[in-house]
Amino acid sequence: MNKKFILYAVLLAFSVAAPFLFPNYQTQLATLWLMIIVALTWDMTGGQMGYNSLGNIFFYGTGMYVCAVITIGLYYDVGEWTNASRTEIFTFSDRQYFTGMVLGILGAGLFCAASAYFIGMLTFGLRGPYFAIGTLGVAIAAGEIVSNIEWLGGGQGVSMPIYNGDFDTFKTLIYFEYAILGVGLFVFLNWLYKTRFGAAINAIRDDEEKAEAMGIHTLRYKLVTWAMSAFFVGAAGAISAFQLIHFEPLETAYQTINLGIFMVVCVLLGGKGTLWGPVIGAIMFQVFKETTWNYFLGWQWVALGALIVIVVVFFQDGLMGWLRLKRPEWFGVKVEQKTSEAGA
Amino acid sequence: MDEILFNISLLIDYPIVNLKIIIDGVMIGALFALAAYGLALVWGVMNVKNLAQGDFVIAGGYVALMLSKAGINPLFGVPLAFVVMWGIGWVIYKVIITRVIERDLFTSLLATFGLAIMMAQLMNLMFGSDAQSVNLGYDTLRFADGIIDVPIAKLIGVGMAAVLAIAVVLFMKRSRMGQAIRATAQDARAARVLGIDTEKVYAFTFGLNAAICGAAGAIIVMIWVIQPFYGIGYSVRAFVIVTAAGLGNLPGVIAAGLGFGAAEQYGAHIFGDGYKQAIAVILLLLVLFFRLLQQRRNRQVLK
Repeated sequence: MNKKFILYAVLLAFSVAAPFLFPNYQTQLATLWLMIIVALTWDMTGGQMGYNSLGNIFFYGTGMYVCAVITIGLYYDVGEWTNASRTEIFTFSDRQYFTGMVLGILGAGLFCAASAYFIGMLTFGLRGPYFAIGTLGVAIAAGEIVSNIEWLGGGQGVSMPIYNGDFDTFKTLIYFEYAILGVGLFVFLNWLYKTRFGAAINAIRDDEEKAEAMGIHTLRYKLVTWAMSAFFVGAAGAISAFQLIHFEPLETAYQTINLGIFMVVCVLLGGKGTLWGPVIGAIMFQVFKETTWNYFLGWQWVALGALIVIVVVFFQDGLMGWLRLKRPEWFGVKVEQKTSEAGA
Repeated sequence: MDEILFNISLLIDYPIVNLKIIIDGVMIGALFALAAYGLALVWGVMNVKNLAQGDFVIAGGYVALMLSKAGINPLFGVPLAFVVMWGIGWVIYKVIITRVIERDLFTSLLATFGLAIMMAQLMNLMFGSDAQSVNLGYDTLRFADGIIDVPIAKLIGVGMAAVLAIAVVLFMKRSRMGQAIRATAQDARAARVLGIDTEKVYAFTFGLNAAICGAAGAIIVMIWVIQPFYGIGYSVRAFVIVTAAGLGNLPGVIAAGLGFGAAEQYGAHIFGDGYKQAIAVILLLLVLFFRLLQQRRNRQVLK
């Protein structure tokens, strides 16, 4: 127990020190936290509850837009802002910027949680692959609809207010916003998975009919889980909106084939249904992406598709699943008799 | 909002516009129905939900496009795309699909999603991201004072789609292989017991699916445009149609395809072309929820 505490303390200290130790990689480190957040939230429904959503990116994009509307709408008219033809100058004082930022991130999270609750009422009747296709449909449709709304900047997207201070401070600020959200999410899930609630959603994954027969109100559990995961994705999307400064509906906000599928790949790489799996998977994926991306010379997307296929077909249990098979005692699994399956 | 009301009132005041929309929709729908039939085949026989369906369509289109660039009449692209895409489908089956058949459904969905990304990006690298098409140079027939215009190329395309559909139906009904495919779809284990090489049947079915999609794509490139990233739209449409029609029901798939094409054209007319993709996806969601309500009637839960 003590060992575990030291491990967590070291990791936390490293997270705090990282942006100062590697100042040139702050953007990549911030993106790493984003990947960890979306992977952990995807695992809440995909790994722990057995509902594989392909549309969680919907909350990321919606978080961006809600945050933009709140932050801008506090001080200016949103329609005028998005249609501004560079002749009018809108400025944000520091005080306005930070008020907008805090309210925007919180508002985005809450709005996404609420929308997950309502969308979930419709989509959670769908089982298995239908749920995946249905949620993917929600994300694609949302992107297409938003890119047709002029008030939200149409296909051009929205520009966020710009921080007045210097750029390095801004990057550190964004890093710590992600880091705080990520650590908060991890601590929250660490607690949540040990409670009765965690046991209930695992029961839904293992056998939904039986769980229902045992008196678990499955729909309510599913909705609350999805809403919680949507809160964190929405807040992460809101931070991304500030980080990117300008975002477009199809390429950045509702990016179904980039981040929307990355999060699933991260979880599968690390291991579904474990707490550390998504974190490790996100780190593996991000390191792979950042180190190899530039060497593919335009073929990186083809390589990404190939990576998805390879991971899904050959390595679906991920690192944690593989470790669990090799070292069951690390996971508190007692192997009473060495059978051929356990040894394989 | 005013625009939407105006578009609706246009439909009521000039009934002939309705006819035009329905004709356009049915023509598009015939090609959607082909892609959807391929999906229904693969889904029904080996229980694989293929999200790369649309990318097979686009790949077939590029085969025909290359042929016409080589100076050969693009109409020959339809059989060529059929053959080439059969080969590609067979290779994809042997490399990927055969390993996911026995796994849970999400695996096949995600694997084919990865495949879809890979194919779209490959085509983007090979052919560029511009929307391209082949011009056959045929006339356009006009009816009702020019409100209804039917290009002869479209008629030829729809005719070829119909021929292909009939050929596939006859093949499934009459040939030995067609019987084996239907037997495998009903009960793979029993089929194996009775001496059918199901592995061969699966490979054949997947190849046939890719070939049907490829031929549909070769027709599409002659009458509309193709672009490397249009694939996902066709995949979504194929899913809508199959989910609405059910599996193993070819008349249903064709009817749903034609109806879907018309519904999409109506939507595009009322809300504007920009919403076309969104309308297709929303129709998918509506179909899924409608199915859900149907099931709910049979399902009883303690509250």
